[in-house]
Amino acid sequence: MTGQAVLSVRGLTRDFRGFRAVDGVDLDIAPESVHALVGPNGAGKTTLFNLLTGFLRPSGGRIELAGRDVTGLPPEQVARLGVARSFQITSLFPQLSAREHVELALQSPSGLGWRFWRSAKLMRRYAERADELLAMVGLADLAEAPADALAYGRKRALELAIALALDPKVLLLDEPTAGMGLEDVDRTVELIAWVRRGRTVVLVEHNMSVVGRLADRVTVLQAGKVLVEGPYEQVRADERVITAYLGSADVSGSH
Amino acid sequence: MTSTVDTTVEPRPGRAPSGLVAVGRAPGWVRYALLAAGLAVALWLPNGLYPAVAVDILCWALFAVAVDLLLGFTGLMSFGHAAYWGTSAYVTGLVAINAGVPFPVAVLAGALAAAVLAVPIGYLAVKRTGIYFAMVTLAFAQMVYFVANEWRSVTRGENGLQGVPRELFGLDLTDEYYFYYAALPIVLAGLAAAWRIVHSPFGRVLVGIRDNPARARALGYPVHRYKLTAFVLSAFLAGLGGGLFAIGHRLVALDTLHWTTSGKAVIVVVLGGIGTLWGGLLGAAVLVRLEDWLSFSGFEAVGLVTGGIFVLVVLLFRRGLWGSVAALVQRRWPTRRN
Repeated sequence: MTGQAVLSVRGLTRDFRGFRAVDGVDLDIAPESVHALVGPNGAGKTTLFNLLTGFLRPSGGRIELAGRDVTGLPPEQVARLGVARSFQITSLFPQLSAREHVELALQSPSGLGWRFWRSAKLMRRYAERADELLAMVGLADLAEAPADALAYGRKRALELAIALALDPKVLLLDEPTAGMGLEDVDRTVELIAWVRRGRTVVLVEHNMSVVGRLADRVTVLQAGKVLVEGPYEQVRADERVITAYLGSADVSGSH
Repeated sequence: MTSTVDTTVEPRPGRAPSGLVAVGRAPGWVRYALLAAGLAVALWLPNGLYPAVAVDILCWALFAVAVDLLLGFTGLMSFGHAAYWGTSAYVTGLVAINAGVPFPVAVLAGALAAAVLAVPIGYLAVKRTGIYFAMVTLAFAQMVYFVANEWRSVTRGENGLQGVPRELFGLDLTDEYYFYYAALPIVLAGLAAAWRIVHSPFGRVLVGIRDNPARARALGYPVHRYKLTAFVLSAFLAGLGGGLFAIGHRLVALDTLHWTTSGKAVIVVVLGGIGTLWGGLLGAAVLVRLEDWLSFSGFEAVGLVTGGIFVLVVLLFRRGLWGSVAALVQRRWPTRRN
């Protein structure tokens, strides 16, 4: 089982000053699947994301990426191994333009970032690819705009473009549709459905209709533990899940 | 029954406040005109000021630009850059006295020594941010100061290194006026290097790290190593300034390593404008000239006046001298990006 999963987690635990945010989580993410993590607030979804991407060190347990132990690696090394993430709170470089963001992401795997004796104009070699990616997420007209000046939904789209620029094996999306209007949600779902080809996507999502449209498997977390795991329809029908989470207003769709 | 949504208390990536002025976005001709004017002023300077003061301005300008490379473009406030300025001054002085090489070689040796010193200190310091980074750099600078104070056989303690020669292929550089023009190319080379660093792919990554280190890491950039590289480059440039300062004064005193020297460098940067790069030139010119004028006119409390001006600039012109002018230019040509 472990050998087949692209991302495999065993007994993962994280404590914050006596509070156990993630408590012995086992998780296997199948290659080229879309796997959703759902659960009420405080269930440990974002903490789990931060553990998977190296932003937090586990208090216990083990994380394997394609059979390789990546437990405790720093975020930049996890990123280099092909795991890209978006942030729940939009996280951009306020003074850089949308295109500069994507260029910076495209440049990352090359050694160009170290060339302090070369001109930044060399980064224009990535401009064409950057514009393709921006067009993909619907930001073609806003390539020159500084990130600070973008509307909220556009910033989320830019987050996605940056993650895609890394051409990751595993894409971790932390609430990609949070705070979006219906139209933007639809477009983002289509986009994720399109970019998932050839990749593995793990997403934290509150919007159950988005989960239903995208996810092959769903893991429900509660109080840092795995409550249920399975295909969407099965999880949705599970008594424990209905009691814990899905019975609430969230079932009806976007909140 | 309702669930509470979207008020997560889980950790989130931090975002550094960024009030720093971006690189000038004025049209090309404005920038070339500024460059030409700057060069003209640099060539004229020792005719309008005491040449010795002009040399001091050159050295401090380079020092300030080196500090701004960290403060303005990497988001790291070093409060211990005297360690690199002063170490280079001592190494430059010792090399010049003992090896009899042309003074630019001695200065280069000093700057390299400063860069080497910056590797272990920077390695430990860049793991901290904000005030803790400033304190770590200060602590190490104090250690360097005390070592220099105790190691009298090499540094001559409080007497300092006397009689640092100005050797340059037998040219007579005893006149400060001629020495200024011998030193100018080194300073211009240092400034050009700083400009190149800021406008390189590396510089772009640094700005990203400054504004959002978590995001930079998620993109695969090893933030600590980038900061360390910037730290070492900054120490090298500060060392170029400190080495020239030693040759210019023909002596190396302990106060080149004193924490007030670190503080003055930060003041010069803030005065000129953080994150403007060239602001340091303006800040150095104003502060060095003012200090010279005050002490020449027999005024005792120099710090009172320079401190007062510092407070005024921080309160009224938060972008510093250069930054305030750049903001006006930006208002005139608002949309242009380079």
